[in-house]
Amino acid sequence: MRLFDAVLPALVIARREVRDQFRDWRIIFPVVGLTVLFPFLMNFTANQILNFVREYGANIIGERLIPFLLMIVGFFPTSASLVISLETFVGEKERGSIEPLLNTPLKDWQLYMGKLLSSTVPPLISSYLGMGVYLAGISINRIPLPEPQMLVLIISLATVQAVVMVAGGVVVSSQATSVRAANLLASFIIIPVAFLVQGEAILMFWGNYQTLWWAVIGLTVLAFLLVRVGLAHFQREELLGREIDVLNIRWGVRVFWRSFSGNARSLLEWYRLVIAEGYRLLKIPFLIVTILVIAGVVIGMDQVNQFPFTIPASEISLSNGGYSSILKYLPFFSLGHVIAVWWQNVRVLLLAFVMGIFTFGVLGVLPVMATVGVAGYLIEILNRSGIQILPIVLGLIAPHGIIEIPAAILATALVLRAGAIMATPVPGKTVGEVWLESLGIWARTMTGVVIPLLFIAAVIEVWVTPRLASLILN
Amino acid sequence: MIETNDLSKQFDGFWAVDGVSLKIQPGQVLALLGPNGAGKTTTVRMLTSVLSPSRGWAKVAGYDVVRESDKVRSSVGVLTEHHGLYGRMNAVEYLDFFGDLYRIDRKVRRQKIDCLLEQFGLGLVRKKRLGEYSKGMRQKLALVRALLHEPPVLLLDEPTSAMDPASSRLVRDAIHQLRSRDRTIVLCTHNLAEAEELADQIAIIQRGKIIHLDTLDSLKKKLLGSTHYVITYANRTRELIKWEDMGIQFPEGVEPVSVGDHQLEFKVDNPEQTNPELLQRLVSAGLQVISFSEVPRSLEQAYLEAVNHTQEYYEII
Repeated sequence: MRLFDAVLPALVIARREVRDQFRDWRIIFPVVGLTVLFPFLMNFTANQILNFVREYGANIIGERLIPFLLMIVGFFPTSASLVISLETFVGEKERGSIEPLLNTPLKDWQLYMGKLLSSTVPPLISSYLGMGVYLAGISINRIPLPEPQMLVLIISLATVQAVVMVAGGVVVSSQATSVRAANLLASFIIIPVAFLVQGEAILMFWGNYQTLWWAVIGLTVLAFLLVRVGLAHFQREELLGREIDVLNIRWGVRVFWRSFSGNARSLLEWYRLVIAEGYRLLKIPFLIVTILVIAGVVIGMDQVNQFPFTIPASEISLSNGGYSSILKYLPFFSLGHVIAVWWQNVRVLLLAFVMGIFTFGVLGVLPVMATVGVAGYLIEILNRSGIQILPIVLGLIAPHGIIEIPAAILATALVLRAGAIMATPVPGKTVGEVWLESLGIWARTMTGVVIPLLFIAAVIEVWVTPRLASLILN
Repeated sequence: MIETNDLSKQFDGFWAVDGVSLKIQPGQVLALLGPNGAGKTTTVRMLTSVLSPSRGWAKVAGYDVVRESDKVRSSVGVLTEHHGLYGRMNAVEYLDFFGDLYRIDRKVRRQKIDCLLEQFGLGLVRKKRLGEYSKGMRQKLALVRALLHEPPVLLLDEPTSAMDPASSRLVRDAIHQLRSRDRTIVLCTHNLAEAEELADQIAIIQRGKIIHLDTLDSLKKKLLGSTHYVITYANRTRELIKWEDMGIQFPEGVEPVSVGDHQLEFKVDNPEQTNPELLQRLVSAGLQVISFSEVPRSLEQAYLEAVNHTQEYYEII
């Protein structure tokens, strides 16, 4: 009962907004069009393509097309919902109707949830209705319906996709200074979702439905994170405070520099700060990434069962002087190669950072996990081929890996932390401020610790590892 | 009912409100005056817990604006600068929505809505879409919204702006009616006649600071000096009058300012004590007094004096 009482104001907000939306012909028209007319068009398309592919005996394309079109029919109304969600806060701000709402005893989360619900429910209803109309049309045309499991998959996909888009739209709307700015920022939602739908389409035609379920799970996590981010950074004050659409570069540089330098007066003090603060801020992300790295190795080793591959022992001539003979032909031991190895590692970690920015750090762990996964896979291949693993690990990985792997884990921990902090409430700070500060922490730890460590690891990898490997393996 | 101490708000290094200390008792109406951008709206937003103070504290209806923001918002009725109504709703739906947010029982809120709409002359347009309302009607509806939950504190930002004279009168009368022993009202306005009519206390804010806070009379006296009076009389013209010849000595604290035909203007520090005596002396000396009246001095004069004086001060420093 207490929970219902707490949720009730959010429902009051949602009810008003939904009513308001359904009084606006500019919303009703596309929603009705996409709910009723578009599914009919898709029915017609399905019929035509089915007849066409049957002529050439490509029945499988027809089979895969029916669920694909269902997904598209479900997706289109939710894409229209982005317009509603993008203006939910900032539109009210522009019309001046947000302040009376902010003056009511509503809690921030109640207001936010009300807005989120009101932006999610109508497009979802429209999406379900559209899919219903499409399926009814399919039945009437006596085309076999997709299996129930497939229907559940597509409905789940449409639902989480809608929630992700709307949640993203509401986050943008609550942080933007004008509807125009919100619409411009919408590309950060539209472009990734467009890629996602393309990927889903490929998977659907490929028939890889298992992976689509993973997409549902991934999108559910993303939706949860987006809602969390929105709630964490929603501030009444910010909503009224920001008025101008100006990129304040000077302010941004100041915030970044404050975080990067930590106001240290000397290099030594800065290093102390980087180490001490880094330890305090990064110990939990470091632990999490370490666990993920171990999991990556295990997953990589397990993949040998999926993709078995054996090397005949006779073809492996690393021992008995074979390794030394390889060294003769490889142009190691030059500074150029040190830089090449170092830059390769830095580049991968920069990629991890970029991937992490858009996914709350989640995809930022992939490069390091993929790398250790491949290493685990190769080790297991060699193991199953009857080769002793310990000398290989000690000779080829350990000398530089002892520095390189912790450095990579640290860099990934930074990305994970930067992602997690975005979903954490930081009182009195804007999203931009929080982001710039975590960028400063990332940059200072990369500059002070990770990049120098990677350079040392690269020196060892080029000058020391081959010699040690030569000694151990021979 | 409203108490603030060193209440301040900073935006990007700029102090929009700087050290505002106020104490407004229940039953009082405070008019907060000041030029555009002086900090009135920011002060009101802090008092409604929409903005959090950068420094200092404030209590509204006994609740701290930072720690007990929900209770503060429940206790405050706000007429905002931009009343921003929902154009596709009608008045009843709109007020019902806000009544629901304030958790007013459905039956009670229906009755209150009907009653308030009638009181403010909106009964006939209750089912009309708000997008079709005139500016004045919107303003009245926004005021009704602020009153719906019977708040003990009312913060009214420009309550009669955009209203025709009749509607302004209606709203001012309503504010008179709303004054009660338990209710505190803060009125932000540029309409100085309105402030003069309604307020017990006047606060003038400029560049975020309260530069004057006093009762109307004290403020006028402080800013415009002693009160001026005019006596008109029948039997002397400017050329003929010679106070000394007539044996008139002005009481202490009375200073003639100008003499006209049948008219004397003078200023008095303490009119309660000196005016009766002065009148007696003049009559005794044979002056045929027709009228004795205070020279009206508006709040506008006092306000302009305060604002210009402070402006000059800022220009100097």
